[in-house]
Amino acid sequence: MAPALIVVVFLGLATMALKATGPVLLEGRPLPPRATAVVASMGPSLLAALIAVSTFEGDRSLVLDERVLGMVGAGIALRFKVPSLIVVIIAAAVTATARAIR
Amino acid sequence: MSHVTLAPTDTLAAMSNPEGAPPSSRAAGARASIPLAAPVFAFGVSFGALAEAAGIQPLLAIAMSATTFAGSAQFAATSILTEGGGAAAALIAGILLNTRYMPIGISLSPALDGPTWKRFLHAQLAVDESWAIAHTGGGRFDKGLLIGAGLTLYLSWIVGTSLGVVAGGFLGDPARLGLDAAFPALFLVLVAPRLRECDARWAALGGAAIALTLVPLAPAGIPILVAVIPPLLIARFSWLRH
Repeated sequence: MAPALIVVVFLGLATMALKATGPVLLEGRPLPPRATAVVASMGPSLLAALIAVSTFEGDRSLVLDERVLGMVGAGIALRFKVPSLIVVIIAAAVTATARAIR
Repeated sequence: MSHVTLAPTDTLAAMSNPEGAPPSSRAAGARASIPLAAPVFAFGVSFGALAEAAGIQPLLAIAMSATTFAGSAQFAATSILTEGGGAAAALIAGILLNTRYMPIGISLSPALDGPTWKRFLHAQLAVDESWAIAHTGGGRFDKGLLIGAGLTLYLSWIVGTSLGVVAGGFLGDPARLGLDAAFPALFLVLVAPRLRECDARWAALGGAAIALTLVPLAPAGIPILVAVIPPLLIARFSWLRH
């Protein structure tokens, strides 16, 4: 099997299994109260981790670059309660502009 | 925020209709994911171009987007193949990046009902963005929001990949357009309203701190997976408090 085929087949199978483990095995039953408490704060925790990593991650290092300016723009836009589409566009536009200037 | 604040009413509709997700809830999910449809499409194009350059057959690249449906893992695995890192290294990197989908799947499972094959298929629509959109607060998730957002992003990803393998990188580097900043920006939009609660603020602070600490130390994927540790600690302490 070619390396690419191996990766596509097994990464696909592994990812589908990781995503489906809970929904298939738990059969839609409600989680025990303790697990629900974990899940409740998993949203903010994972989202904050995703924000932090996708803003500051370099090649296995932390970097400060134009993405930070984009996120500052997004934060200010959020303060003014603009729609989420505009917040996202502002983040991209600020980041792209800063990169073009540099 | 107008897109996202539609969610609670639709969640009420979903609860009054246990048969499944009402169309309105799916439409709200699709609307909430629209800010990311263009960035996901653009990254799909650049993934297709990368896969083509790596010598992956066009249909195989599209199959990868259809089955793995997780951008960072696909980019990482394909880059390792391009650099001659071998199938095992590519596979391990991709799987590590996707380990977070096990806790994410578990968090969604109470919301996914129906026969096994349906629960399996709906679970495949979970990516970071659709999961965040489907969260209606307090650890509850809405199936319709997940399906609406997940399908929108799935189509953007597949169509983007298909164009990328055929037309190459005609859009250039998505980073030049600042599109890499679109993802954290939407996550910020989605997390901000939750930060009024004390537990959520601690969870967010802990998740971000632990992930950033681990970025230079651990392989990609692990820093985000370990963000489940603060919620475990918080749940334990709130259990003791009560």
